[in-house]
Amino acid sequence: MGMTLTEKIIARAAGRESVKPDDIVTVDVDVAMIHDSGGPRRYWHTMKDMGVGVWDVDKLVVVADHYVPAKDIASAQILQITREFVEYYGIPRFHEAQGIAHTIMVEKGYVRPGMLYVGGDSHSLTGGVMGSFTVGMGSTDMLGIVTTGRTWLRVPHTIRVVLDGPLGPGVAAKDLILTMIGDHTMSGGLYKTLEFHGSGIAQMSIEERSVLTNMCAEIGAKAGIVPGDDVTRAYLAERGIVSDDPYPASDPDAAFIDTWEYAGAAIEPVVARPHRHDDVVPIVAAGEPAIGRAYIGACTGAKYEDLEMAAEILRGRTVASGVLLQVAPASRAALQRAMETGVASVLMEAGAHILPTGCGACPGIGTGILGPGEVCISTTSRNAQGRMGSPEAEVYLASPYAVAAAAVAGKIVDPRQMLTEVAA
Amino acid sequence: MIEGMAWRFGDNVDTDVIIPGKYLILPAAEAAQHVMAGIRPGFADEVSDGDVIVGGKNFGTGSSRESAPRAIKDAGIRAIVAQSFARIFFRNCINVGLAPVECPRATEIAEGQTVRVDVDGGRVEVVDTGLVLDAVPLPEEIGAILKAGGLEPMLRERFSA
Ligand code: SF4
Repeated sequence: MGMTLTEKIIARAAGRESVKPDDIVTVDVDVAMIHDSGGPRRYWHTMKDMGVGVWDVDKLVVVADHYVPAKDIASAQILQITREFVEYYGIPRFHEAQGIAHTIMVEKGYVRPGMLYVGGDSHSLTGGVMGSFTVGMGSTDMLGIVTTGRTWLRVPHTIRVVLDGPLGPGVAAKDLILTMIGDHTMSGGLYKTLEFHGSGIAQMSIEERSVLTNMCAEIGAKAGIVPGDDVTRAYLAERGIVSDDPYPASDPDAAFIDTWEYAGAAIEPVVARPHRHDDVVPIVAAGEPAIGRAYIGACTGAKYEDLEMAAEILRGRTVASGVLLQVAPASRAALQRAMETGVASVLMEAGAHILPTGCGACPGIGTGILGPGEVCISTTSRNAQGRMGSPEAEVYLASPYAVAAAAVAGKIVDPRQMLTEVAA
Repeated sequence: MIEGMAWRFGDNVDTDVIIPGKYLILPAAEAAQHVMAGIRPGFADEVSDGDVIVGGKNFGTGSSRESAPRAIKDAGIRAIVAQSFARIFFRNCINVGLAPVECPRATEIAEGQTVRVDVDGGRVEVVDTGLVLDAVPLPEEIGAILKAGGLEPMLRERFSA
């Protein structure tokens, strides 16, 4: 019996010939990421108290993204602790206010095919887009990894997800993953890896693929993985990481516990309604609810291509009166590229308010959060009650196309119409 | 053996309602006073030491914030009995020394009943009615972390050796 990609990576990291689902093994971690919110502030004092340091400063990446820019003194102190930690141990890969951790891990080429990557955040799963087995963990697990480089894992079963053919115009990877979450619920992938295949995936960019692995978290999955291919190789080459080594992949006779199949052409624009990300309906069946806030942000929905999708809709149009459109780019690199290509001007001319790069309103921690009674449509990943601010606010989740279209219309509408009509 | 009163919750109890983001800025002990603020405000005041939370499917879904199980534990809860758990939450429970007990028939337990939880034996008993429910025993390696009181005490032992 062959092994899945997940099993191969775990077996290698555990120093074993093979593993099978439900085995519990101890693995060596190839790369780890911690951030300002769940990182040093939670356990640096314990490390000092135990008299231990960082296991390998070259394998740890530290990002300050949740509390940037500091909105109050407590936030500023959290950032200070993060900086002091980095300086104390001499950690070379530290990024403060450069972007959201999950976007940085991919953009900088820190996570690569075949790696076992653990991040101290539930959306670390994003890293699986680079053909790495990636899981998210909490603070004390990260304390264990930061000090020893090792952790335990239960080997997951793998579900094969096949996307046949490309998505249609005005339809984004966000619509596909929300459709999957609607079909299988927020616990449909519990303890499993989702491995992505098919001609629709082969033609998809790394940024769009990363929306799929990012929101594997919202289907309850342990990991999402896109096996490395030519697109991966080209993306890394652009970042100066050149290699001809074959990328690991699942064996032809590997055992998958299930297969989920989707036809690209059948995926439509959808929204997840408040307050459940698995309450997903086609956008045309949402009843055109009025919105006052449109938010383009987060590791999920504010990378360069997300901004570009929004600009396709917003070119020559303006935000409806009474609507606040906010854009919090997922990284400095995304914003810089948007400035170079003119995408940023399109957003600003339409009336968008550009926020600093960082987690912003997504976790209800940063700036731009919602007050009671506000109705928002957002490119982020979660809409649990109170997530983006007041528990009395309502959040719809959708693609960058749909968020931009709602900002123009003042209500939730099918964005495809605006793509075919040329703006006046 | 853990014995206490059952507090019932539903499916998909999210970390964003267990400890909303706005409380993450607080030190852990203060954050615990706001446990379940998003779903049952005032919960921390109602709970007695040794009580048990009973949930449905996918308990603890959402973010990786360890503040969620820590706040539950600090409020006095000793075990969470649920049909299934979100995996990061499950690990976080073990790491802070709060017992996560996977019990497929957990929803047969009613609010206010007294339950006796045998974590090692994989058994949950409703004392009021005598109903006995099977639970999934923890694998030995993972049970050992819980017994040590969490991952931190285990690491301390390792580094002091
Ligand atoms: S942007 Fe949102 S989902 Fe992404 S890491 Fe920040 S808080 Fe988490």
